[in-house]
Amino acid sequence: MEGDIVQMGAYIGAGLACMGMGGAAVGVGNVAGNFLSGALRNPSAAAGQTATLFIGIAFAEALGIFSFLVALLLMFAV
Amino acid sequence: MAAEEHGEGLTFHPMDQFIVQPLFGDGAVGVFTITNSTLWLAVTVIAAALLFVMGTRGRAIVPTRIQSIAELAYGFIHKMVEDVAGRDALKFFPYIFTLFIFIVFSNFLGLLPKAFTPTSHIAVTAILAMGVFLTVTFVGFYIHGMKFLGLFWVASAPLALRPVLALIEVISYFVRPVSHSIRLAGNMMAGHAVIKVFAAFAPLILISGIGIAVTPLSIIAITAMYGLEILVAFIQAYVFTILTCVYLKDALHPAH
Amino acid sequence: MAEHTAEHATDAGHAADAASSGGMPQLDFATFPNQILWLVVALVVLYLILSRVALPRIGSVLAERTGTITNDIAAAETFKQQAAEAEAAYHQALDDARAAAAKVINDAKADIQKDLDVAIAKADAEIAARTAESAARIDEIRASATEAVTTVAKDTTKELLNSFGVKADARSVTAAVNAQLKGGAA
Repeated sequence: MEGDIVQMGAYIGAGLACMGMGGAAVGVGNVAGNFLSGALRNPSAAAGQTATLFIGIAFAEALGIFSFLVALLLMFAV
Repeated sequence: MAAEEHGEGLTFHPMDQFIVQPLFGDGAVGVFTITNSTLWLAVTVIAAALLFVMGTRGRAIVPTRIQSIAELAYGFIHKMVEDVAGRDALKFFPYIFTLFIFIVFSNFLGLLPKAFTPTSHIAVTAILAMGVFLTVTFVGFYIHGMKFLGLFWVASAPLALRPVLALIEVISYFVRPVSHSIRLAGNMMAGHAVIKVFAAFAPLILISGIGIAVTPLSIIAITAMYGLEILVAFIQAYVFTILTCVYLKDALHPAH
Repeated sequence: MAEHTAEHATDAGHAADAASSGGMPQLDFATFPNQILWLVVALVVLYLILSRVALPRIGSVLAERTGTITNDIAAAETFKQQAAEAEAAYHQALDDARAAAAKVINDAKADIQKDLDVAIAKADAEIAARTAESAARIDEIRASATEAVTTVAKDTTKELLNSFGVKADARSVTAAVNAQLKGGAA
């Protein structure tokens, strides 16, 4: 019984942790959207900034990956 | 446990594909055991060697297709190292190139059905990231000595803020290998697991009537995820490499 | 040895546990030494292959190609210059030829003009001579004709006077005829 409650808590926690992915999605969309609006204003400067774009996306996405990892840990490792 | 909940026959084992098991026999995984991970590491190395050694054997001035792929990869990473980390980072070009080629080959070979993806394992990516972290730290101290610690001391900030910023900088510096490794492993793991989850829904048509709707959807979803995974396989290798270059730039030119 | 196998057995059991219970294989620490060892082996092999064989080769091929392209561009530049020079020489030759041709034409024109002038002058002189001669002859003819007319008139007048029976004075007849002719001429 007690194990079941722990498991339930773990699953609820995993579901809650998945909300972090939404934050990462917002972050990545923000980075890409701002890049696009900047690139449309000054297309000649856009090509040189793609590396920065990917770095920004990577950083924003890493946090979503962390929350995904927390969810996986709760699901499978706790 | 997921399987038990869907007792009717759907089996969810999204993580089974990541199990490291011996290739020959059923024994335990010792240090020297040849496992599926070992096999795919070897396939990665052999594929890269085929492309870069056999493909460039002709040394043609007008390149063949395979040779031009090899030259494209060379030029891509060479330019990245030069642009992001600076000209003096070109000493590390073979190292960074090895990292990129290893990750990109491992990611793409892992997308083959039934394949094992070494880069989806935290043990592998942690070693890659620790290698980068230690290299960068060592290079920073070797070139700049104790001045390398100035990386953490933001001279342009107000004096009162500097200790706080220094603390944040130190933490973020030591979090680097963690995020560096987990980003790669997590991306590869997540994509493969999601494909497996969709794949587990596919045989529903054999079990219940609702499968008429679910099975085509899941097959479409697998296809879409596979396309996304192809993108992710490249982007994660690119991101890993470019972050290595960024860290290397910090080590070579620590001034903010 | 027995202990060793027992340890392996527990490891295997742990792995089997992880697999069957759906735990994360990524966190199965028993496999870490194995993975790390083979990863390091793979990375070192790949690094040696790439840094010793592949990268110098590709680098030299790219450098060679850059060199070839630069050389080709330089050669193309030389050829272009040569072509430009040849074109200039061609134009020069064309201009020279044109000038020579113009000179020849002018010379010929001058020669012809000179000949023509001489011929025209000669023809003019001849024409003038002929004209003078003709005029002389016409005058002569006119003079002789006048004389003939005078004589005929005198004779006719003398004959007329004779036939009328008048003794005509030769001198007065002549004067009258001359006066008459002059009046007629006037």
